[in-house]
Amino acid sequence: MTDILPILPMLVPFIAGIILLAIGRTNVFLHRVVASLTGLLLIIISFFIVAYVARYGMVVTHVGNWEAPFGISVVIDMLAALLVLATAIVTLAVVVYSFQSIGAAREKFFYYPMIMFMISGINGAFTTGDIFNMFVFFEVFLLSSYVLITLGGTKIQLQEGFKYFLVNIIASNFFVLAVAYLYSAVGSLNMADIHNKLAAFDGDASIMSLIAVVMLFVFATKAGLFPFYFWLPGSYFAPPMPIMTIFGALLTKVGVYAIARVYSLFFMDNTGLTHQMLMLLAVLTIIMGSIGAIAYSDMKKIIIYNILIAIGIIIAGIAMMDEMGTIGATYYLIHDIFIKAGLFFLIGFIIYRTGESDITKLGGLIKIHPVTGWMFLIAAFGLAGVPPLPGFYGKLFIVTSLFENGHMISGIIVLLSSLVVLYSVIRIFISVFWGESMDFTKLKPISYDKLLFSSFLMVIIMVAFGFGADFLYPLFDSAAQSLYDPASYSVYLLGVE
Amino acid sequence: MEILIIIVAGIMIGASVYLMLSKSLIRIIIGTGILSHGILLMLLTMGGLKRGGIPVLDDSVQQYSDPLPQAMLLTVIVITFALTAYMLVIAIRVYRELGTDNVEELKGVPREDD
Repeated sequence: MTDILPILPMLVPFIAGIILLAIGRTNVFLHRVVASLTGLLLIIISFFIVAYVARYGMVVTHVGNWEAPFGISVVIDMLAALLVLATAIVTLAVVVYSFQSIGAAREKFFYYPMIMFMISGINGAFTTGDIFNMFVFFEVFLLSSYVLITLGGTKIQLQEGFKYFLVNIIASNFFVLAVAYLYSAVGSLNMADIHNKLAAFDGDASIMSLIAVVMLFVFATKAGLFPFYFWLPGSYFAPPMPIMTIFGALLTKVGVYAIARVYSLFFMDNTGLTHQMLMLLAVLTIIMGSIGAIAYSDMKKIIIYNILIAIGIIIAGIAMMDEMGTIGATYYLIHDIFIKAGLFFLIGFIIYRTGESDITKLGGLIKIHPVTGWMFLIAAFGLAGVPPLPGFYGKLFIVTSLFENGHMISGIIVLLSSLVVLYSVIRIFISVFWGESMDFTKLKPISYDKLLFSSFLMVIIMVAFGFGADFLYPLFDSAAQSLYDPASYSVYLLGVE
Repeated sequence: MEILIIIVAGIMIGASVYLMLSKSLIRIIIGTGILSHGILLMLLTMGGLKRGGIPVLDDSVQQYSDPLPQAMLLTVIVITFALTAYMLVIAIRVYRELGTDNVEELKGVPREDD
């Protein structure tokens, strides 16, 4: 059982995707059934994995029974298990949300199989213990995302999709280059083995700083860190809402996870350079994201720039690499997956209901959709980090860690960014739900119960996540342990599974 | 020998940068192809070029050349093949829908008129 368990999160959606391809284009209803059942199954599996890892510690499978540093190992520690669980929940919500929003034409042209393949790649990237295998899984989910971003073939999708394509191909090529450098310097591809070799090595390891810069270029492009975020607002703006949700909630987080993993395991020699660089980029990302979030009056753009702010805050926590900072970063990472999905869902509902995404043209919606309005307010408070909602705890830990390490200015910028976030989202709430009523006869007569189901599910999970923070603390403590104490990640090589 | 291959890889990457900075979609796609070839050459060189016997278990051979970069190389070639094919398809669709292959004109929010 333990042998197959770590592979299931990537295997189940992959098989589901193949089944969906085999079903063909005619039976959309069957597509929906298979996709949502896969989502449910994934949630059950990932709950089981989280429980298993919490009880027995890290779970490892050596694929094909090749011994650890030589074959490919699939390693699920608590961080990977929690991310897989969050991915599974968001997957189910996105699939249900798509029933009433993506449109029959896209559903017929293999929308659900592509979602499944993408989830397979994302879960694979979270769970693999091999750096080259991580590249392969990056390509798996990127290929699906190229299809998803252009699916439907509208002009804006093709135009922005091509740019997204180009940027990611260049970044992927540099990923191969970084792996090549790493392989020539260390002679291993297993991440835990690389850590052990580097930790035991006491010569001049300055080549690792070069590799750190190449790796940072790669993952910063995927995650949307400061100089490399230029493609993100344009590309995420193009596809329809459910696709945008899964991109915004999950894809950037894979980049953040990769940065956290790689910087904790490989680059502990010259942290003065590598982690300072990370810190600087994180702060600049927060500033640029804040400027963007205030500047636009388009709801989609506002939330897209809020992604950048969240990425910056998480990376700032990771850059500290101490217990406090990494606990805050992992907690904020999971929180941000849920809250971003919830906000994108709610905004998507408003856009589908009114046909407008500009907040200046909307108003007074609270008279028709009171529950949605108040849910949006809760989501907005959650994003900004009003206690006891979860954003608060994550930021508390990160800012405490920043102050303890003497990064006063960075800490203050993180705190100020909360105000900007609050302002930018409350601005949406005030002008869309309050204010002068718009012409309600223009509302589209769509059915929206499933849209609201997914949105409310995300907000409720987010609130429960905040109130259960005390209960969940041990899980996040052990998740962060493999970041601030990387030796605990590589113990499985010693045969003490 | 390694130095020579590394210089060749550098020239290829330089050429690909020149191609990718041009304005035509097809040139950009050719540029990404050459970029990946340059990087694959680097990957191949990183394991050391052929020094020993073929990497098949044989008691009489004492020194093997490293098989791992070659295995990785094949994986990357397959992935790049799929990516280039899909990218060409997208380029044709961009040309048909937007009526241009000049990246300078791929800006802003295009108007949907269908």
